[in-house]
Amino acid sequence: MNISAIVAVSILVPFAGFLLNFLFGSKIPKSLVSIIGCGSILIALAMNIMLFVSALDGPATITYFNWIHAGSFSVDFSFLIDRLSVLMLLIITGVGFLIHLYSVGYMHDDDAYFRYFAYLNLFVFFMQMLVMGSNYLIAFIGWEGVGLCSYLLIGFWYKNTNYNNAAKKAFIMNRIGDLGFLIGIFWIFNQFGSINYKEVFAGAQGFIINNNYNDTVIIFITVLLFIGAIGKSAQIPLYTWLPDAMAGPTPVSALIHAATMVTAGIYVIVRSHVLYSLAPFTQDIIAIVGITTAFFAATIGLAQNDIKKVLAYSTVSQLGYMFVALGVGAYGSGMFHLMTHAFFKALLFLCAGSVIHAMGGEQDMRVMGGLRKKLPITFITMLTGTLAISGIPPFAGFFSKDEILAKAYEHNPILWVVGLITAVITAVYMFRMLFLTFYGNFRGDAHQESHLHESPSTMTIPLMVLAVLSLVGGFLGIPEVFGGKHILNDYFAPIFSDIATVPHTGTVLSHSMEFILMAVSVGLVLVAIYFASRMFIKKTAEGMDEEPKGFAKLLANKYYVDEIYDTLIVKPADWFSGFIYRFLELDFIDGMVNGIGRATNYSGKTIRKLQTGHIGFYLFAMTICIVILILINNFFIS
Amino acid sequence: MNSIITSVPINSYILLCTTLFCIGVMGVLLRRNVIIIFMSVELMLNSVNLLFTAFSAYSSNPAGQIFVFFVMVVAAAEIAIGLAIVVMIHRNTKTVDVNEWSKLKG
Repeated sequence: MNISAIVAVSILVPFAGFLLNFLFGSKIPKSLVSIIGCGSILIALAMNIMLFVSALDGPATITYFNWIHAGSFSVDFSFLIDRLSVLMLLIITGVGFLIHLYSVGYMHDDDAYFRYFAYLNLFVFFMQMLVMGSNYLIAFIGWEGVGLCSYLLIGFWYKNTNYNNAAKKAFIMNRIGDLGFLIGIFWIFNQFGSINYKEVFAGAQGFIINNNYNDTVIIFITVLLFIGAIGKSAQIPLYTWLPDAMAGPTPVSALIHAATMVTAGIYVIVRSHVLYSLAPFTQDIIAIVGITTAFFAATIGLAQNDIKKVLAYSTVSQLGYMFVALGVGAYGSGMFHLMTHAFFKALLFLCAGSVIHAMGGEQDMRVMGGLRKKLPITFITMLTGTLAISGIPPFAGFFSKDEILAKAYEHNPILWVVGLITAVITAVYMFRMLFLTFYGNFRGDAHQESHLHESPSTMTIPLMVLAVLSLVGGFLGIPEVFGGKHILNDYFAPIFSDIATVPHTGTVLSHSMEFILMAVSVGLVLVAIYFASRMFIKKTAEGMDEEPKGFAKLLANKYYVDEIYDTLIVKPADWFSGFIYRFLELDFIDGMVNGIGRATNYSGKTIRKLQTGHIGFYLFAMTICIVILILINNFFIS
Repeated sequence: MNSIITSVPINSYILLCTTLFCIGVMGVLLRRNVIIIFMSVELMLNSVNLLFTAFSAYSSNPAGQIFVFFVMVVAAAEIAIGLAIVVMIHRNTKTVDVNEWSKLKG
């Protein structure tokens, strides 16, 4: 098979899976639905592994046809297969396949089983399109498509109004970002005369050669693209949709709202790294937004009682870390953390799903506890994930997070300090979650306790695979301090070679300094875990339902950000719409439409009286009129 | 043939036809019997036919006379349908007085 056929199969098979399940899913048995759903992703995964092998030899652009051609504007329907996109493809289909498999067990009682798998396949299709596209427009199709799938899956249980509202919120918040992204694309075309990555980045090379940094146009373009990334990757100020997105089924949260879709913003910025390297000003904005989000979301995570909400805020926080990496120009580190995060966050969500499954749909950690013995596999895997996200060596999160922190220190020690505090907070809330869920005594009712069971093997196998990945994923990027080989940096070297000449700000860390930084962060995290264990491990049901006070209350209410948005934006918009509705719509437009109707009605009622029914009168009127016409014709017109 | 027609001055034709036409108009307007109204309509049509023929002869142009045939054909068709309608209405109302037929009013 040649490469263009492989790409076509890889991208079309999930779409075919979507069509089959969506059109015929209600008529075929569930087992066939799961085979179609999982099988199509497995095929795509196999294709992507072949693409990975071919991309190691060098990038390839596969053009299928010329899609839009108007004047100087020309867009090919083409895909770019290079080291960056295939890595993303492997994450999407690899983690995606495991989550599909998990869903077979998790969703087995759901009536809309086929619809779930159809949407999930559609998501993989769009996500692959977003990643593979060789120009901004193809990427934008995928970008919008994954937004749609996110909306469909958050509102999957559409009979619940709250879930629908969460879906709408996610969609609208994403639209705000999408607008920025779209305008950014327009501006790119205006500046570079093309929206193909190759030509745009070739054009950007001119700026590097001329040493033209912080050009106003480039700053605007990069900021606009970043606004798109803010919406998709849930950063301040557009992050509030992601915690609400937990309304969807848990595997969806794992796949879309943790491992893949939310990293689309990271991917687009890494893809456009040449442009960002030209705009250090934008990079500073990204770093500030990223570190603020990381810290802010982590503190909120401390006070959440819903197991999925904790994970949602930790996702927002970890995405903040990735943006810090991008902001300091460490694109490879951002991708590294993206990958390890995909492993351990998918793992954590799936474990949470397994817990929720065992608890019969209960998500409140206050009624859990002591599940360690009932759910041994889930416990072990979740412990792995928690250690990974907390950054304990040798788990994956340690390597990627400390790489980002080291790069942040090189750029600006303040970033490192805030990042370190965030890491400590992360450890606290993650272990709080683990202890509340798996340690202590069971705090639920007797019925729930009798229902507790370990999940079926379709659910535990993905957990185990992801746990192994969370353990070994970090070995792809062993820092030089440990004398290891940074495989991922070598892997990405060809991708980032085009910004090699961009001057690097900040100092290069000495090995001893790097080692000290690591030791400090690991030490502090261990202390944090110790305190978390003292506080939460023996937690009993007493005092759980107490109303939090002071700062804890502020945290539990997520800093009232939703309320502030509601007051500042939603309410005024609502009021303004109501105003327009009352005056413009009801009085003016409705008045106009009804007025025409009423006038017609009235004139009809009046004129109908001419129809007397007397034939003699008609004849008389006709004769008179003809005479008048003749007279007019003779005396006035000629 | 032509000479016979042209032996009468054209003014006389015009006068005669106008008179016949006006009689027809008055008949349509004043009479209430629908059969009479139809006859008056026919009178109007035929007065025009006569005038056509006269003008045709005076200007030596056969077009007018051909036109007369068309008028006759159309008139025959019209009267056939008209009378059929009258017959149907008469069956329902037992009258041919147009003033009685005033149910179709607005």
